[in-house]
Amino acid sequence: MTTNRRDFLTAAVTAVGAAVTPDLARAQEHDHDHDHDHQVVPSDPALRVKALESLLVEKGLVDRSALDALIDTYEHKVGPRNGARVVARAWADPVYRQRLLTNADAAIAELGYGGLQGEHMVVVENTSKVHNLVVCTLCSCYPWPVLGLPPVWYKSAPYRSRAVIDPRGVLREFGVEMADEVEVRVWDSTAELRYLVLPERPAGTEKMSEDELASLVTRDQMIGVARGALRGQGDRK
Amino acid sequence: MNGVHDLGGMQDMGPVEAEKNEPVFHEPWQGRAYAVTRAMGAWRKWNLDASRFQREQIAPLDYFRLSYYERWIVALVELMLKNGMVTPAELESGKPDPGSAKQTPPLTADKVPILTSKGVPARRDVAATARFHAGERVRARNINPAGHTRLVRYARGKTGAIHVDHGVFVFPDTNALFLGEKPQHVYSVRFAARELWGEQAAPQDSVYIDMWDDYLEPA
Repeated sequence: MTTNRRDFLTAAVTAVGAAVTPDLARAQEHDHDHDHDHQVVPSDPALRVKALESLLVEKGLVDRSALDALIDTYEHKVGPRNGARVVARAWADPVYRQRLLTNADAAIAELGYGGLQGEHMVVVENTSKVHNLVVCTLCSCYPWPVLGLPPVWYKSAPYRSRAVIDPRGVLREFGVEMADEVEVRVWDSTAELRYLVLPERPAGTEKMSEDELASLVTRDQMIGVARGALRGQGDRK
Repeated sequence: MNGVHDLGGMQDMGPVEAEKNEPVFHEPWQGRAYAVTRAMGAWRKWNLDASRFQREQIAPLDYFRLSYYERWIVALVELMLKNGMVTPAELESGKPDPGSAKQTPPLTADKVPILTSKGVPARRDVAATARFHAGERVRARNINPAGHTRLVRYARGKTGAIHVDHGVFVFPDTNALFLGEKPQHVYSVRFAARELWGEQAAPQDSVYIDMWDDYLEPA
């Protein structure tokens, strides 16, 4: 993009909301030494997106009820509970676990999950000797059908930059101290494969049902920034 | 493109700040930005690689200044302008240009469950020669294309080993520029952490990177 093109674009995208509020750049650059309530300044992106949506609906380019359905899907239907069910099944059923590790797409589909940004899944297994950590250093690739949309920290520069060069330091910030004898494998999802970590089944869970097992599994374990443990054991978080 | 989006290995970006009980969207506009982007993608005027490339072209200072979904909206607006789906005048006024015909959206609510559950597969069922095989030593090529690439800078010129062949996938470097899908094998390549980062890395650690055939050469 040329500089002119960029300026034009910035102008175009801010103009939609500019009549009501100063643009984001000016709002951020203004002097913060004085005391006033920033909440009274309307959120600029909110107005811009609202104006853009109205324009696209009016032009017949988007259907508002489709937008509602998309948001509802990822706010209420698709999230890390799906992944937890996959993990619990793998813990409870060794044959399923094997299928999951060798053909993740089919095994995950058995539980009714799959689709957008999880079309091609890979499951990597933690053991006492191997710990897996997933990142997308280039953007925000993440297995939506089993984990939902990624948290802000996963998409942030600190995580994306450091997970590959200092995974043990990142894990420490999440309260996980990795022993020297454990091999840390970082998976940078640069292509269309999406990764899910199969955490180690915690000790003392032998008699638990699959539902109870699923309730132990957290999103962070399935990204690889937490280790599985019963309450009060192991990890701080 | 050697852009600021290619963050792997950069330092001093600050601590990772995880939020407890984080909502899917912090503010309603973020959900709308997400959904509008997906719904406009259903017109198939561009592809996933092209939209990633568009976000990568946000000026470096803006890339960090803008929040995640603001970047999505900036890129979406640019893609719509490029494809003549909206005009600068419409963006300014917030109203359709006089006389413009009303269209019919391809993505309706009843099609959302199909989109989300079927997805948009990038695997291609076509024959392509696998130049490399599991266990083979490979080197990531030292290329610096000005266009879109998924070959991370931190691995260029580094030597690793093929872990697994994932099969044949669309090649983003050409697809993002609408130069064809050029389907080819994607491999998971294992790089020793010390090959990438030197002695400061733990000797037993490694980074697995998914790489297209064109990114690799024999080592």
